[in-house]
Amino acid sequence: MSFDHLRATYFEESAELLESAYAQLSALAEDRADGDTMHALFRAIHSIKGGGGAFGFTRLVGLAHVMETLLDHLRDGSLASTPDRMALLLKATDALADLLGAEQRDEAMPEGFEKGLIAALAAVVESPGRAMKTGLPATALTPAATDGAGWRIIFRPHAALFRHANEPLLLIRALRALGPVSVSVDLGRLPGLEVLEPEDACLAWTLDLAAPVPRAEVEEIFEFVVDECDLTIEPLGRTVTEAVDAPSDAPPMAAAPTAVPRTEQAAAVQSVRVDVAKVDRLVNLVGELVINQAMLVQIGNAVPPEACPGLVAGLETLSQHLRELQEGVMAIRTQPVKSVFSRMPRLVRELSAQLGKDVRLVVTGEATEIDKTVVEQLADPLTHLLRNALDHGVETPEVREAAGKPRQGTVHLSAEQRGGRILIELSDDGRGIDRARVLARAKERGIVAPDAVLTDNEVDELIFMPGFSTAAVVSAVSGRGVGMDVVRRNIQSLGGRIAVESRFGQGSRFVLSLPLTLAVLDGLVVSVGREAYILPIASIVESLRPRPQDIHDVVGRGQVLSIRGAYIPLLALHRAFGVADAVLDPSRGIVVIAETDHAGRVGLLVDDLVGQHQVVVKSMEGNYGRIPGIGGATILGNGRVALILDVAGLAETTDRGAATRHAPPAAAVLH
Amino acid sequence: MAKRVMTVDDSRTMREMVSFTLRKAGFEVSEAEDGQKALSALQSRPVDVVITDLNMPVMDGVALIRALRADPKCRSLPILMLTTESDSGKKMEGKNAGATGWLVKPFDPDKLVDVVKRVAG
Repeated sequence: MSFDHLRATYFEESAELLESAYAQLSALAEDRADGDTMHALFRAIHSIKGGGGAFGFTRLVGLAHVMETLLDHLRDGSLASTPDRMALLLKATDALADLLGAEQRDEAMPEGFEKGLIAALAAVVESPGRAMKTGLPATALTPAATDGAGWRIIFRPHAALFRHANEPLLLIRALRALGPVSVSVDLGRLPGLEVLEPEDACLAWTLDLAAPVPRAEVEEIFEFVVDECDLTIEPLGRTVTEAVDAPSDAPPMAAAPTAVPRTEQAAAVQSVRVDVAKVDRLVNLVGELVINQAMLVQIGNAVPPEACPGLVAGLETLSQHLRELQEGVMAIRTQPVKSVFSRMPRLVRELSAQLGKDVRLVVTGEATEIDKTVVEQLADPLTHLLRNALDHGVETPEVREAAGKPRQGTVHLSAEQRGGRILIELSDDGRGIDRARVLARAKERGIVAPDAVLTDNEVDELIFMPGFSTAAVVSAVSGRGVGMDVVRRNIQSLGGRIAVESRFGQGSRFVLSLPLTLAVLDGLVVSVGREAYILPIASIVESLRPRPQDIHDVVGRGQVLSIRGAYIPLLALHRAFGVADAVLDPSRGIVVIAETDHAGRVGLLVDDLVGQHQVVVKSMEGNYGRIPGIGGATILGNGRVALILDVAGLAETTDRGAATRHAPPAAAVLH
Repeated sequence: MAKRVMTVDDSRTMREMVSFTLRKAGFEVSEAEDGQKALSALQSRPVDVVITDLNMPVMDGVALIRALRADPKCRSLPILMLTTESDSGKKMEGKNAGATGWLVKPFDPDKLVDVVKRVAG
């Protein structure tokens, strides 16, 4: 562990705390608050401040401090929580998030960024009838003074000192660390053994410290016990006595705990924090087991059942347990989508203010869990979709009213698990996709042929094409040179798919379908010669055995396949990988049509389809670097290694190898 | 044998900072995220010093101190409070409940080690 590690922990924890703070704030705003809401909010800000102080993030601490003061008044009821104050706290939390983000990136927010907020918060706290709580006065230490000779300390503990688990011997030892100490003990108050109360304090010491240390250092040693003893510290060799005031008796001890532990705590989720590397190791090992099991099953199938009666049943049980084990281990890596969903309300708040729109965000299914990596990489695409929904989807209140809709627009963000996938939906009740405009734009940009006739769905799909941007005016909000094609690519790189549905004038709905985990892939096993390759199912559109007359040779482009009036470039895997003994004639093999981002659809020529399998993805980057066209490798049930193909990469590589790329014939891209 | 310290704090950052500092100084450190968890962990494995935050969910620091002092086995267990300058009221409460001493956040690592040594011996 190192300082960097601590820093990373702080930022990680602060992100969680901010998330919790936002959740409490929205509970307060929506009147869902219970007794603990304000306390939880206070603790979140308090912890961010505490850690921030340790790292010297003074600006952040300054802001958190006034927030905390206000929260303290709100929770003890000395100030009422009004909508204004909640709004102020929300803004302050936003600013705190910005300051944290800046520190994390080793940047600084503009000078004076948080000043206005601090002043506003302080004004609330100092409002009439409310005195600002000042910090605790520093422990009454007399100014540091050195003396030539040293100090005489007369120390008479009270019984309370022992009840606080302080130990005179240790204090004397600590004093000795400052210099030579001569100790004399005063036994004058020691009663006879028969009346001695073991818990009474009967001894007193005179300690002469022969070292010219500042008085403060001596006082520091006794700082915890000044209230529990008679203490006199005077310069050695002088007669002036300076007594540190001490109350004659310590306050009585509370006999029993008064705080009743809350009953909900039994229901609280117990959690363990584990290094991701350890989990990945488990995932990997389970992957190996799955492969092993597949091998055993294959061997088992070759054994006649009567030769080994229990074998088949045993293998079946093994498979079943292994599947459960695999699911269990994968579940460790999952995380609620809440961590990314919770960033969205702020975005909506800020954007609607910026765009002059009134938008309500409704979030459901935040507890849905998905692989940690997927969650992390979901933030960008979701942000982009949300920006689009607010910028292009939801209309201004005036326009909405004129269209007979409520002035306030609604954006719905939801997540749910369906089968082995997670569906994330973002829908709005805005104007929907203007298909006439989209089509006109696509024709103008040469994305589709001028005379192309497309179905509604195909037109909607056009917004995902590279080089397409719907906004007539590139606005500050959406027009950042990043289009929906990038969103689609991001989602696809996570093994997911994105689809859109829209009704003009009524709104749009984007559905993201994502795999539960990245460690396992649904793959189609294909054979080429004596080799086997895996194609990710997510990218496959269809597979077919082409008729000889559908295969055409195009100069400079190699072979293309004509299918339902469209032309798709053919890519022979045996040629790409130099496999001998493969089927050379496409009409005797199988063409698997796959969808890619840039190259559109591609037909992959293989010998045969072997089957669909869940395969455990093994990265090869560690050993071989990044290989274009190859996404990883896996071990098949027969123990052989098979490469997992990255179709888009493969298409690009072979494309570069071929001559210049021509635009495909009319509308080919869309079929 | 290394002295054992337990740090009780709902903030993981603070727990890790305390652990990091004390482990470097040769202490054996365990962590708990609230008073309740600290109490149950201490049942099975006692320590030589407890360092506790005051503001925590479930069971706060003052309640933890009271509970420990009510337990005959923990009457002479040194308990340090980790407070902030704005916690003055809580600090007095903690002191009255039987805390041995306190440290102010953000703490100076050397001071933390000194203080723990001073109360743990």
